[in-house]
Amino acid sequence: MSLLSPQYDAIPTGGRKIFYFHWPLMLLVTAAAGIGIMMLFSVSGGDFARWAEPQLTRFAMGFALMFIIAFIPIAFWRNFSIVAYILALLLLIFVEVAGVQGKGAQRWIDLGFMRLQPSEFMKITLVMILALYYSWLDPKRVSRPLWLLPPIILILIPVGLVVQQPDLGTAILLGAGGAAVMLLAGVSLWYFGIGIAGVAGAVSFVIQSRGTPYQVLKDYQYRRIETFIDPSSDPLGAGYHITQSKIALGSGGYSGRGFMEGTQSRLNFLPEKHTDFIFTTFAEEFGFLGSLSLLAIYMLILACIFVSAISNHNRYASLMTMGIGVAFFFYFAVNMLMVMGLAPVVGVPLPLVSFGGSAMLVLMGAFGLVQSAHIHKERQ
Amino acid sequence: MSRDNDTTHSLMTRRAALVGGAQIGVAGLLGWRMYDLGVRDSAQYRLLAEENRVNIRLDPPARGLIYDRSGNALTLNKQVYTIEMVREQAGDAEAVLQRLSKIIPLSDRDIENALKEMNKRRAFVPVTVATGLEWEHIAAVSANAPALPGLTPKLALNRQYPNGADFAHIIGYVGPVSENDLSKLDKPDPLLLIPRFQIGKNGVEAKLENNLRGKAGVSQIEVNSVGRVMRELNRDPSQSGQNVQLTVDPDIQRYALQRMQGESAAVVVLDVTNGDVIALASAPSFDPNKFVNGISVPDWRALNENIYRPMANKTVQGTYPPGSTFKMVVGLAGLELGAITPSERIFCPGHMQISNRRFHCWRRGGHGRMNLIGALRESCDVYFYEVAIRIGIEKITEYANALGLGTAPDLPLPAVRNGLTPTKDWKRRVRKQEWFPGDTANSGIGQGFVLASPIQLAMMTARLASGTAVTPRLVNLAGGRITDAGRGKALPFNPENLDIIRRGMYEVVNSDRGTARGSALRGNIKMSGKTGTSQVRIITAQERAQGVTRNEDLPWERRDHALFVGYAPHDDPKYAVSVIVEHGGGGSRAAAPIARDVMEKVLAKEQGGYGTLPQGERSQT
Repeated sequence: MSLLSPQYDAIPTGGRKIFYFHWPLMLLVTAAAGIGIMMLFSVSGGDFARWAEPQLTRFAMGFALMFIIAFIPIAFWRNFSIVAYILALLLLIFVEVAGVQGKGAQRWIDLGFMRLQPSEFMKITLVMILALYYSWLDPKRVSRPLWLLPPIILILIPVGLVVQQPDLGTAILLGAGGAAVMLLAGVSLWYFGIGIAGVAGAVSFVIQSRGTPYQVLKDYQYRRIETFIDPSSDPLGAGYHITQSKIALGSGGYSGRGFMEGTQSRLNFLPEKHTDFIFTTFAEEFGFLGSLSLLAIYMLILACIFVSAISNHNRYASLMTMGIGVAFFFYFAVNMLMVMGLAPVVGVPLPLVSFGGSAMLVLMGAFGLVQSAHIHKERQ
Repeated sequence: MSRDNDTTHSLMTRRAALVGGAQIGVAGLLGWRMYDLGVRDSAQYRLLAEENRVNIRLDPPARGLIYDRSGNALTLNKQVYTIEMVREQAGDAEAVLQRLSKIIPLSDRDIENALKEMNKRRAFVPVTVATGLEWEHIAAVSANAPALPGLTPKLALNRQYPNGADFAHIIGYVGPVSENDLSKLDKPDPLLLIPRFQIGKNGVEAKLENNLRGKAGVSQIEVNSVGRVMRELNRDPSQSGQNVQLTVDPDIQRYALQRMQGESAAVVVLDVTNGDVIALASAPSFDPNKFVNGISVPDWRALNENIYRPMANKTVQGTYPPGSTFKMVVGLAGLELGAITPSERIFCPGHMQISNRRFHCWRRGGHGRMNLIGALRESCDVYFYEVAIRIGIEKITEYANALGLGTAPDLPLPAVRNGLTPTKDWKRRVRKQEWFPGDTANSGIGQGFVLASPIQLAMMTARLASGTAVTPRLVNLAGGRITDAGRGKALPFNPENLDIIRRGMYEVVNSDRGTARGSALRGNIKMSGKTGTSQVRIITAQERAQGVTRNEDLPWERRDHALFVGYAPHDDPKYAVSVIVEHGGGGSRAAAPIARDVMEKVLAKEQGGYGTLPQGERSQT
């Protein structure tokens, strides 16, 4: 890639960048965030200042962040990848040492105005550094075992740290996101077969280890897995979340009970109704049509990201964009699977909708990166 | 480079398609699940959401009150403080209860029960842990509130019996509904499922439960996930139970019980003109208040082990051989059937030979020649052996039944006994034995198989005195309705024959040869009556040889029962009385004086109409 390459001239510069901004993506993101703010208003019982207002502020901040990142050339972000990864890693280690305990897990750094969750940053920076690695690596070597080692180490260090917190959900998401980038980079499918078998073995070991001195997970995590398998076994205890969330989803019916009319959330039957379980309230109040619409918005965002990535011949930009897309997909898919009782309750927020500072800012930053890749891609 | 780049890019595109396809697959799964929950099974989940949201809360009604004849309340619904506990708010429920037991009366058993109750229910359901508390207790609990999380004082109604033991056998008592009570009902009133809801357990409280209980108020309330009430959706107020008024006079009732102090005895006073039960006293009695919140084990044991059986209502549940009080039945039957005439004299040598067995008269030396009036007056046994043999057992039983014996009177009391008027058929069926002439002779003096309860004897006396089929009437007002008078139709007896019997009864009390001559009323009004002494044993040959024949020398439980029935005034009967003193010895000595004293009290207090019930309390909610 020479500076004198003719394609490089096709990359927009200066004020022209605004014309190459991916406006549909921005609108879809705004729509999803708008739904989130509306739902936060609803679950707070009409108290705008409680959740909706801070979320709106963060969205505005995230929106500005997205624009700033979008207009900085993708080449800068490529070079920044290593720094970002190391920074995120340091934050993860810091949180391990001095983080705030929340729900039995060390996850946050309290910055005063917001709580920083380094694992959220890591989701994006891991994608960035893997994209950097594979854009640097000769494509012929991608499937060589030795060249497989660096990305695996890059993935396992943050995964290990996040498991320690312990935040199993985020750890799985991180690992899966990293693996997805490797898959997209062209690593032989055989390895993935072996990897899946290995993970299955590890999972069975983890489950077997319960009650033994080398028990891997915390008891509450085992209970979550247990109640996922049979929620009715403990309807008032740990299975309560799943049962109540299914009731909320189901009682919405075809077109929902109406905005602010959901009894399940208003009467506090739903757990974490403003964060991980916000989708249940949405489904209760807007029904099957509403949930399908939200799913459609997410899938359209995903489509925008993938189309943009496939048409991008910059390997870093393309891999990073798709990596972010996959991470985004994991976010909403796991959250929806979880609240609909198809996956264990692992504590994954609904992207753009759930209340949460770190997730919103990181996500908007990631969309900034996607926009940057889109704006600065080579065009004929 | 460019070609390399292209192959790399196309591989990436294929991989992107793979990943994208997988994502679309997952999205399909999500969409299908949304359809599943939100459309296909929606109705079921909608229902579950409603069940989550809406709780039915029952407001217990105020129980109907029970009044005596004069309109005094015999029961109270006293407002008491109770303490409810919500397990999930309490943290360590047991520790909190232990601390609570230091400020209010709460036994280890109470704590155990409360914990058991709480563990049966969801963590946010309030459970009553203590009842019947005073304001001081609540104040103490409030002052220590920080150390007692999850506890809330509440106001409740608790049944109280201000007259204590006086009406215990009539009114009975209420108590917390038990598993046993519920198991007897097919479809229990949801009220009964309220923990510690009080229902009638005994007496009128139990028998007229349906009148007294009232209807539950139903509030539909919206609750949040911890069971906290958010708002009331709908309310249907409770309806208080209906009041009940008894015919019993509190003064006579109380006096009768006092008069029987120290005895195991029963007194029944009936109004001859309408059957009203003026007194229905069984001694000793017990304090029904002890049962209201569950009786303690020592109290229960004390009541059960007392040989005087305080728990039994002897007036209707005790059946005794009527002894000589039965002689009017036999005499009347003899006259009516023409087997004897009023003037016919029968010789009493002190015994009578019936099928190789000698039947003694109570007076060993004999009464000589006696007519019916004399035989009643002096209670000659031989006379009535003879009459009984002449008319036979079937006729005796027929007349006994006509006078109200042999069938349980219809009273709202538990375990009212039939007594027994035997027949030959009965003996064959139940005893698997033939009827002997000796059985008839024994029946002629109210011994043998004949059994009657004090209320039946009072009824018999009232029927003899009035010539009508008087039936006892214990309840004046129930279900908002005045009950029918118990006067009954005229009995199909010759009034002249009845007069002969009445004359005999008059002489029992008022002749200087009568068996109850010491118990005539002090005053102008004359009482008629009849004594009775019923054997509870057969004096064995061995005892006779040892010379132990006097009642006083026998252990209490083997002494004779003392009986007396009577009515007054003799010429215009208003009240009938029956008295039994268990193992009291002779009727003239033990029973007749009680009857005299009670009757004097009854006559001294001219019974007016029924007092009006206080309006305010009838509609109390």
